[in-house]
Amino acid sequence: MAPVLTVKDLTVRFALHQSEVVAVNNLNFALEAGDTLAVVGESGSGKSQAFLALMGLMAKNSTVTGQALLGDVDLLNLSKSALNQYRGRDVAMIFQDPMTSLNPTLRLKQQLGEVLVRHKRQDKREAERNAIAMLERVGIPEPAKRANAYPHELSGGMRQRVMIAMALLCQPKILIADEPTTALDVTVQAQMLDLFKSLREDFGTSLVLITHDLGVVAGVADRMMVMYGGRAVEKGSVDDLFYDPRHPYTLGLLHSTPHIAKRAARLDPIQGMPPSLEHLPKGCAFNPRCALSFDRCLAERPPLTEAGEGREKACFYEGPIAYGKVA
Amino acid sequence: MIKFILRRLAVAIPTLLVLIVISFVLMKMAPGNPFAGEKTVPQTVLDNIFARYGLDKPEWQQLLEYIYNVVFRFDFGPSFQYRDRSVNDIIAQGFPVTFTYGAWAFLMATVVGVVVGIAAAVRQNSWADYLAVGFTVGAQVVPNFVMAPILVLVFTLWLGWLPGGGWNGGHWSNVILPVIALATSYFANIARITRSSMLEVLGSNYVRTARAKGLPSWQVIVRHALRPALLPVVSYLGPIFVGMVTGSVVIDLYFSTGGIGQAFVNSALNRDYSTILGITILLGALTITANLVVDILYAWIDPKIKL
Repeated sequence: MAPVLTVKDLTVRFALHQSEVVAVNNLNFALEAGDTLAVVGESGSGKSQAFLALMGLMAKNSTVTGQALLGDVDLLNLSKSALNQYRGRDVAMIFQDPMTSLNPTLRLKQQLGEVLVRHKRQDKREAERNAIAMLERVGIPEPAKRANAYPHELSGGMRQRVMIAMALLCQPKILIADEPTTALDVTVQAQMLDLFKSLREDFGTSLVLITHDLGVVAGVADRMMVMYGGRAVEKGSVDDLFYDPRHPYTLGLLHSTPHIAKRAARLDPIQGMPPSLEHLPKGCAFNPRCALSFDRCLAERPPLTEAGEGREKACFYEGPIAYGKVA
Repeated sequence: MIKFILRRLAVAIPTLLVLIVISFVLMKMAPGNPFAGEKTVPQTVLDNIFARYGLDKPEWQQLLEYIYNVVFRFDFGPSFQYRDRSVNDIIAQGFPVTFTYGAWAFLMATVVGVVVGIAAAVRQNSWADYLAVGFTVGAQVVPNFVMAPILVLVFTLWLGWLPGGGWNGGHWSNVILPVIALATSYFANIARITRSSMLEVLGSNYVRTARAKGLPSWQVIVRHALRPALLPVVSYLGPIFVGMVTGSVVIDLYFSTGGIGQAFVNSALNRDYSTILGITILLGALTITANLVVDILYAWIDPKIKL
């Protein structure tokens, strides 16, 4: 089956006063229909920027190159008004901070309804009726009453549900969720993930989950892409990457996650800081923090190459890696 | 809402009383009196005049009588400067003039300022934005006493299109120049406030959400960004509305419009006690009303604000 979204050589550059920063560098991936792809990385790894670029939501000082094929339409090569036909209808996005992502001056039914008015040519009353039905579907109690509320009258978890409802109104092919649970309580996070799972089944939507929470990944995702310094460093199925990581960074991420069974007193973080995109280390961007790095890593950047069936990694080290040798 | 308005009006009464008392005390503390002049007037004559205007009574009694007349008879007393004219007459004659050009100037400054501000913000860092910023900075730094003679020079003396002064019963040709002269710097302030607040809103998360929905740009701006961006603008409009409709001494002087602005300054210079107080109360009442309207507008713009 052909993927719903194929991204080729996606590169995002920001022009600064004197210099240029490459936030996303030659990113390639495909998203299969109905699949959930987790995009994982520390802050500044370019994971959010890559998908904001697909949505045409970049800051003005950026340039985006590459291709993002949705069917045979290249999202990166559309005029602004043509792109507006697709975003919100075929590709929808929800954001990290539900507290500020809804317009404080409009009622929920207005904010939801306008999506259907815009993309499905429904009249206002029909759109509001469908909006209320969707609010009910995402688990908002008394949806008809809540539809008349303003965002500040709802809790954070409820607002994120509203965002999800808004994104799903047109039953998009792809839903991009940019750290959808980061700003929420842990109990609410779990409810959110259950909601994602059931919605994915109901609507057949492919899900992109941008996160740095590996617990979220384990719970929902099928495939996983680990990003570091603007590039993908390891790709593969969630099971492969969790049980048999091939890139020292992926291993480091897994080991810095708190685990309820491990009664360790201290967390085991990756040493050092994520690199500044303005001054990426020569060779492999991860080499200053990597316990396995050798002379080749300092001189050459490892390309993303196949590393077993359905998985790729960008690392020269070919031996077995395991906890204790990294960090 | 109605409860809120009634409560605010109830608070307005003591506010105005305090305003009267403070103005009265300050006025009496200022040296001189309405009848002090270069000529020495015989003491007996002065005594007679003082008696006629009630200035021979103790000051607390003058104050109480004044308040009584204002509250129960809506009589602001006789002018001390012009015989045969009461303060009510002076206000009735001058206020419609200042209100006419002031309200037009307010309307123009607000509409043009908001439109220019939004346009500049939407096209930030384009030539249109630089032009708007440059123009508004220029308009901001030119005071109206420079603007007024320039307008007269250009439109009256050089082009001969518009009369350089007079009121002529509020004929449109007499109104235009005062309106422009008064509106310019306010327009510039409104445009700059609108621009910066619009920029902030355009960078907000909820505008990003609106874009992500695929709404056309104009809809993002009009439906999602405009209302929140107007909040700081509205808080600026309240006070300047009062300042504008009560006119300006500069405008009244340059264009001989005969408005209340000039009367106010003259009354202060001449220690025309009753006129000073009368216009002060008018200003106070207008300010209270304007602030009330601003608060109501706030609640309309931002549903988080409950009245």
